[in-house]
Amino acid sequence: MPVQYYIFLSIALFCIGIMGVLMRRNAIIIFMCIELMLNAVNLLLVAFSKMWVDAGRTDAASAQLFVFFVMVVAAAEVSVGLAIIVMMYRNTHSVDINILSRLKN
Amino acid sequence: MIHLVWLVPFLPLLGFLINGLGRRYLSKSLTGVIGSGSVLAAFVISLFIFFEVRQPGFMPQVVTLFDFISVGNLHIPFAFQVDQLSALFLLIITGVGSLIHIYSTSYMHEESDEGFARYFAYLNLFVFSMLILVLGANYVMMFIGWEGVGLCSYLLIGFWFKNTSYNKAANKAFIMNRIGDLGFLLGIFLLIQQFGSVTFSDVFAQVPTLGENSGVLFAVAMLLFIGAMGKSAQVPLYTWLPDAMAGPTPVSALIHAATMVTAGIYMIARSNVIYSLAPCIQSIIAIVGLVTALLAATIALKQNDIKKVLAYSTVSQLGYMFVALGVGAYTAAVFHVMTHAFFKALLFLGSGSVIHAMGGEQDIRKMGGLKKWMPITNITFLIGCLAISGIPGLSGFFSKDEILANAFGFNKIIYAGALIGALLTAFYMFRLYYITFTGKFRGTHEQEHHLHESPAAITFPLVILAVLSVIGGYVGMPEVFGVPHFLGEYLSPIFAPSAPFLHAHHLSHELEWGLMGLSSGLVIIVIFFARSKFRQYQDNGVANTGLAKVLENKWYVDELYEAVIVKPLMVLSGFFQDTVERSGIDATVNGVGRGVKWSSRQIRLLQNGQVGFYIFAMVIGMIVLFVISLFL
Amino acid sequence: MLTVLLILLPLITGLITFGTKGASAKVLSLLSSLATLVIAVIAWLKFKTAPDALQFTVDWIPQLGTQFNVGLDGMGVMLILLTAISFPLIFITIFSRNYERSGAFYGLMLLSQAGLIGVFTAYDALLFYMFWELALIPVYFLCSMWGGERAVPVTFKFFVYTFAGSLLMLVGIIYIYSQTPGGSFSWTTFTSMQLSSTEQSWLFWLFFVAFAIKMPVFPFHTWQPDTYEQSPTPVTMVLSGIMVKMGLFAVVRWLLPVLPKGAYMWQEAAIVLSVIGIIYASCIAIMQSDIKRLIAYSSIAHIGLMSAAIFANNEQSMQGVMVQMFNHGINIIGLWMLVEVIQNRLNTKNMNEMGGIATHAPKLAIALVIVSFANIALPLTNGFIGEFLMFSGLFQYNPWFAAVAGVAVILSAVYMLRMLQKVIFGEANAQTASMRDLKAGEILAIGVVVAVIFILGFYPKPLLELVNSTSLLVNAINFK
Repeated sequence: MPVQYYIFLSIALFCIGIMGVLMRRNAIIIFMCIELMLNAVNLLLVAFSKMWVDAGRTDAASAQLFVFFVMVVAAAEVSVGLAIIVMMYRNTHSVDINILSRLKN
Repeated sequence: MIHLVWLVPFLPLLGFLINGLGRRYLSKSLTGVIGSGSVLAAFVISLFIFFEVRQPGFMPQVVTLFDFISVGNLHIPFAFQVDQLSALFLLIITGVGSLIHIYSTSYMHEESDEGFARYFAYLNLFVFSMLILVLGANYVMMFIGWEGVGLCSYLLIGFWFKNTSYNKAANKAFIMNRIGDLGFLLGIFLLIQQFGSVTFSDVFAQVPTLGENSGVLFAVAMLLFIGAMGKSAQVPLYTWLPDAMAGPTPVSALIHAATMVTAGIYMIARSNVIYSLAPCIQSIIAIVGLVTALLAATIALKQNDIKKVLAYSTVSQLGYMFVALGVGAYTAAVFHVMTHAFFKALLFLGSGSVIHAMGGEQDIRKMGGLKKWMPITNITFLIGCLAISGIPGLSGFFSKDEILANAFGFNKIIYAGALIGALLTAFYMFRLYYITFTGKFRGTHEQEHHLHESPAAITFPLVILAVLSVIGGYVGMPEVFGVPHFLGEYLSPIFAPSAPFLHAHHLSHELEWGLMGLSSGLVIIVIFFARSKFRQYQDNGVANTGLAKVLENKWYVDELYEAVIVKPLMVLSGFFQDTVERSGIDATVNGVGRGVKWSSRQIRLLQNGQVGFYIFAMVIGMIVLFVISLFL
Repeated sequence: MLTVLLILLPLITGLITFGTKGASAKVLSLLSSLATLVIAVIAWLKFKTAPDALQFTVDWIPQLGTQFNVGLDGMGVMLILLTAISFPLIFITIFSRNYERSGAFYGLMLLSQAGLIGVFTAYDALLFYMFWELALIPVYFLCSMWGGERAVPVTFKFFVYTFAGSLLMLVGIIYIYSQTPGGSFSWTTFTSMQLSSTEQSWLFWLFFVAFAIKMPVFPFHTWQPDTYEQSPTPVTMVLSGIMVKMGLFAVVRWLLPVLPKGAYMWQEAAIVLSVIGIIYASCIAIMQSDIKRLIAYSSIAHIGLMSAAIFANNEQSMQGVMVQMFNHGINIIGLWMLVEVIQNRLNTKNMNEMGGIATHAPKLAIALVIVSFANIALPLTNGFIGEFLMFSGLFQYNPWFAAVAGVAVILSAVYMLRMLQKVIFGEANAQTASMRDLKAGEILAIGVVVAVIFILGFYPKPLLELVNSTSLLVNAINFK
């Protein structure tokens, strides 16, 4: 499969993620959209890695290491982020992010 | 003896220090002895020096004490120069100075112990500064004395410092002098630039190399002359001198008549080489001198304060001296300085005696008939008046005649002006004399009861000065009498270097006799006119009108200066302070601060706390960056 | 080693003083400042015999190429002496006063002294910058915490002004540093740099503005009258007596040798600004009724002359400036001392409420007359020597500048005499009639000032000889 397919898929996923972050107010959905964007990037990384390996560049496989990095960071982020959202729900009984604007003043 | 010349200024300085520091602890008599004694001792040393200098073939000697300022090639030593000119001035200053010190011991006796000591301290400091001025071997030394006498004049005019108008007069004197001093300073700088030295001998040796009519020389001459204008109260910087009469009368006699105000004449006589090579500046000097002489004489006609009349008379006589300098008659100028020191000191001290007897009254309209109570003062004052008017046989006649004769040779118009000035002088002096000493007493009964002849400490200097006013002129008799001109011969080494550049005008004997006869005759007529007019003076109380009013108000020159200089300066200062400073620079600076504050308040609004907005902004930013990196 | 000791002594005692309270802070700081004076005098004597012994170098941050490099030349010795004389005088004058939190007050004063000595000794640009800030920062605190009622906004203005200047200078220093081969901040490297004319041209303004703000030169001066007015008087003494000399010093030590072409290019502009400042400040001084503001403006006028003379840059003007740095410091400190006494006794700074002091406090009046006349450069006072040489030097550069600046000779007489007339002459009022004359400690401090005024006025040779070497060094620079 040509690499373009992966790129288009990745762009589509990334844009869905962005739109979700921008449009939705539910913190959990925003959270999921962020994950979606991260995975879009992961997909690209793997795709390009494969592409270069096929082209004969042996060192290109190391690009896949980044994917693991991103996944680890995302996992860490999920744990912190979900904890925050849980605390938020406990305090406000809502996961609407617009309620949390007390920093404004 | 010459190497001890430093003692001459040092002794008055010592007197100043003792009286100044010990003013709390010294009794009046001790203060008086220290004050007068130090000057008297300086006078004795000056006498010795004078006799040494008088020896034929004496060469000027420079006594260097230490290196004052030494920067690169510029060396300004703290050095004294003893020659004919400085020795003569030493005599005048310490001689008249000691008489006035003695006079002051009595005149100032009503002051508190502390004030008395302060007075003598200032007076000694003045003598010190004046001696530095005439002894200095370079222009910077002269400038030291120059500013020093200005300071003492300031301190003494404002001696009674509780009186605000006296303080104002003191300030005015100092500031006007400073205007002149700036000219003097710039002149010194120009000399440094041109010759790399300010020492008289160096400068005068190099000046002729510039040749006649050199622009630099004109500038130097003019700048130094501006300095002289300030110190010697010439038009336009003369208005401080009449106001300076706020000081105690002996101060007026010493500083504002006999010595300090002649510093300008001394300076130009000292720099005669420079001036002889700058004939166009000389003409300016002659004109300024003549204008001053006439202007001050006209003002003196209508003044009613005894000291003011004398003050304007001083300004006028100083004008004469400048006329003499301007026409190149340096000897005549110095001669007139000397005789003027005698008779003007005499007149001032006489007026002091009168004021003393009148209990502080200075208005001559309230005096009259004082002859009866004060015979010695009357006689000596009359001698003073005769001398200043130029009655033949008295000192003023010889010196004034020499000036008039030289002016005649130089330019007939200047001669005519000077002659008119001489007649005005005779008129106002005898107006003063007759109103004060003859007629009926017009003061209060209490004053009349108090009238008395002054004590010996006051009359003794009067008598000495009266004698000097009579005989002082015989050192410089005109050629026609067939007697040598002692002063001219004595001073000739000083003025010799400039002689080749002067165009001497020799008058025939007949002409000289004629001029002498003319001036003497006219002066005597004027005196009799004044006698007839003022012998039985009655104050009619009618206010002056027309020209008389203008004269009484001193041609409104003070008002003119107020409007032309003081007011604009104040307006300018106000403009600087309120407009430029406050609404200009400071507002700009504060405006920058306010601008930062305002813009940060605007930018702060972006932080609205909406997470969505932040993310949106981030995405927009990323897209912008993306676009830039792709397409630019 | 001696030089390092000069910096360390006030620094350490300053830090110790922070921990003390009340009278012990006073005593400790006075002793420390006296000890500094002794070391400074020793340094002066040593400078005459073995000037090289005063240099001290040790690696500081070698990665940056900066060294702890301190030393003293003639001008440095003179300014160290000025600093060392001034601080004990200031401490003696205020000895009878009790400041709140005196430990902090005296501690900050001593820190500032350490900074000043550091500035005058540093031969490394980064070190110089550090000391420059060290000298200023304590002053911000002193002004804002012990100052008058408007102290905080005024200090803020002062801070912004000087800090903006400092940052410009820092930019300049870093730029030159980046151009040095191998990266060095040392004075020798900086002065041996051959920067192009264009670089020097704009670098000049970075440095000039920084120093001009400190001096201050028109139109960067508006912080000064406010700060002088609002600061506690001892701080004003430090500011006007010593700290403004930092700007002048920095021009001689850094600006002229490092950027000779830039200086040559902008010489005329700098002189014109200075001369405008002289006249401008003199005129404003005439209008003041607040005695502290009057002296502040008079100081701007004097500094303007000094700055003009520096940029005129010939033998006479340079020596004049250096001599005047010392003499102006002494005179202005003397003036502030007397103002401090007057303000303390009468609780006012308004001259219209004074008068008649000469009757009731004659010693104070005499001292004020002497110091005032020294301030207007009467011959045989110390002020004359410097002003004469500066005017003369300026005249050699351009007679018209000297003539215009010379108007200040007249104007200075106008405002100083006006001050004397209002403050000490005239009739006494209820306030001044009960005024006490100088006390023993004050007489001691003022006596030293008066003695210096006359000694250096009569015999300026030691001072002229001291600064001669520095002046020759600057004159030897090729400016074209």
